[in-house]
Amino acid sequence: MRRIDVHVHGWLLLLPAIAFLALFTHWPAVATLVDSFYSTPRGSRPARFIGTDNYAVMLDDPVFWQSVVNNLWFALGTIPVSIALAMVMALWVNDRLAGRTWLRTAFFTPTVLPMIAVANIWLFFYTPQYGLLEQVTGLFGLPSHNWLGSRDTALACVILVAIWKEAGFFMIFYLAALQQIPPSLAEAAALEGASRHYYLRRVVLPLLMPTTMFVLINAVINSFRLVDHIIVMTRGGPDNVTSLLLFYIYEVGFKFWDTSYAAALTMVLVVVLGLVALAQYAFLEKRTHYQ
Amino acid sequence: MSADTRLSPFEPAGIGRWLETAAAWTLAILWALPLVYAVWTAFHPAEFSTRFDLTAPLTLQNFANAWNAAPFARYFANTVALVTLILVSQFVLCTLAAYAFARYRFFGADIAFFLVLMQLLIMPDILIVENYRTMARLGVLDSIPAIALPYVASAFGIFLLRQTFKTVPRELDEAARVEGAGSLRILLRVYVPLAKPIYLAYGLVSVSHHWNNFLWPLIVTNSVGSRPLTVGLQIFSSTDQGIDWSIITAATLITSGPLLLAFLLFQRQFVQSFMRAGIR
Repeated sequence: MRRIDVHVHGWLLLLPAIAFLALFTHWPAVATLVDSFYSTPRGSRPARFIGTDNYAVMLDDPVFWQSVVNNLWFALGTIPVSIALAMVMALWVNDRLAGRTWLRTAFFTPTVLPMIAVANIWLFFYTPQYGLLEQVTGLFGLPSHNWLGSRDTALACVILVAIWKEAGFFMIFYLAALQQIPPSLAEAAALEGASRHYYLRRVVLPLLMPTTMFVLINAVINSFRLVDHIIVMTRGGPDNVTSLLLFYIYEVGFKFWDTSYAAALTMVLVVVLGLVALAQYAFLEKRTHYQ
Repeated sequence: MSADTRLSPFEPAGIGRWLETAAAWTLAILWALPLVYAVWTAFHPAEFSTRFDLTAPLTLQNFANAWNAAPFARYFANTVALVTLILVSQFVLCTLAAYAFARYRFFGADIAFFLVLMQLLIMPDILIVENYRTMARLGVLDSIPAIALPYVASAFGIFLLRQTFKTVPRELDEAARVEGAGSLRILLRVYVPLAKPIYLAYGLVSVSHHWNNFLWPLIVTNSVGSRPLTVGLQIFSSTDQGIDWSIITAATLITSGPLLLAFLLFQRQFVQSFMRAGIR
């Protein structure tokens, strides 16, 4: 092939994908930034430049701050637990425990179900008076409680659903990593007289570290975009205690139709995810250095 | 093979093994409980939805009621059309782009690759406000293409296929060129067949993702003609006609049924495809 042809062919092959990416990722990202400096057009009033007013409003918006705090709690509640559970599940399924195919199916099934569908089921679990949770606590003679309707428990309830949905998904990556550990390592450790605990802690865990980083990054990103169950189960309530960032963007943009304020909120989410990407990049740099 | 059946020296043994099996099963039962409960409620008359009685009569009435109460047939058709449209476009666009990145040293390739990877970070799920406006401008709001468009060029797919194409020996490529085959022909005859398992893996991940996707379809659709199952289910279960849990769980199972069934039948492929798609 002639040299110039290589460049032309390369770009021609790339063109369809890049065009769609530009139209639905790059352009909207830039447009969102621009929009966040304008007012929302309403009726006959067109959008006008208002500088950083949207951001100033945001700083004084208690619901925004509450969504940020909620989202941090949501991340803190879901990430460590689902990763720890995923690791334990993978170890169990990797060992030849009785019925491990069944175990794997049970752990992984929530992953392939629509969040919106399972949220319906969980909604019933949490129903006051006759929901499953009420029936169980009733057996122990505990007083009735409105799990999703109470400020103290609503966020914990949606966190639980997220953990249930995600742990089995992360388990798959740990399982793959475990299966790549050569059996000779275990044999060598056994010859040296290492205990099971010691082997898990000093051999398996370090070898799972790259997987943990991969899973962690996914978990962080997911904790900022999982909102399906919020829309079904609580709609951000009661008193916004379950409002997460993306849910608030959805509400501001499509319930209140304040699109430019929603754009400013979106920029916050983009910055948060950008920081996650930087952390990931820094980690990958480090890994290539020491290996 | 004997190596496969040999227990690792660190498999739990004795009482520890017994305890771990018990713990694993307890967790698995907890994990399966929501689905088991949904199946129970959906197949029994409404009065048994909160009462667990093994002698309760079985019924399919809830499914019939749910099916008749909402246009689920239409939602099904929409969802199938949606995932097919997305899958086919993703295969075509990602294959072409991945081939370019894997085998062409063209001007600006690094910058272009960076631009592609940006989508992993700024997902279409986040840019809902601006993408909604784009759809309005294009005049495609409330249509199946409007749900599909933001997802058809997938950075994940491009990355996955690029990694795979890079493992294809260059000699195969060169041999085909010597035979006089053009680039596209080589792509179709050499690269695509060799990447079949990856296409299967990516396909399963993509189909399950878009079958289940909710927020964006909720935003861009507002009529029966374009709503996918997930949005249809939400509209259905949030109507204020008094909550009938038996019918809602039946509708829930209808919505997730085909994917659930496919998963139970092709479990191994599903699990492996998620592994494959994740690792590379």
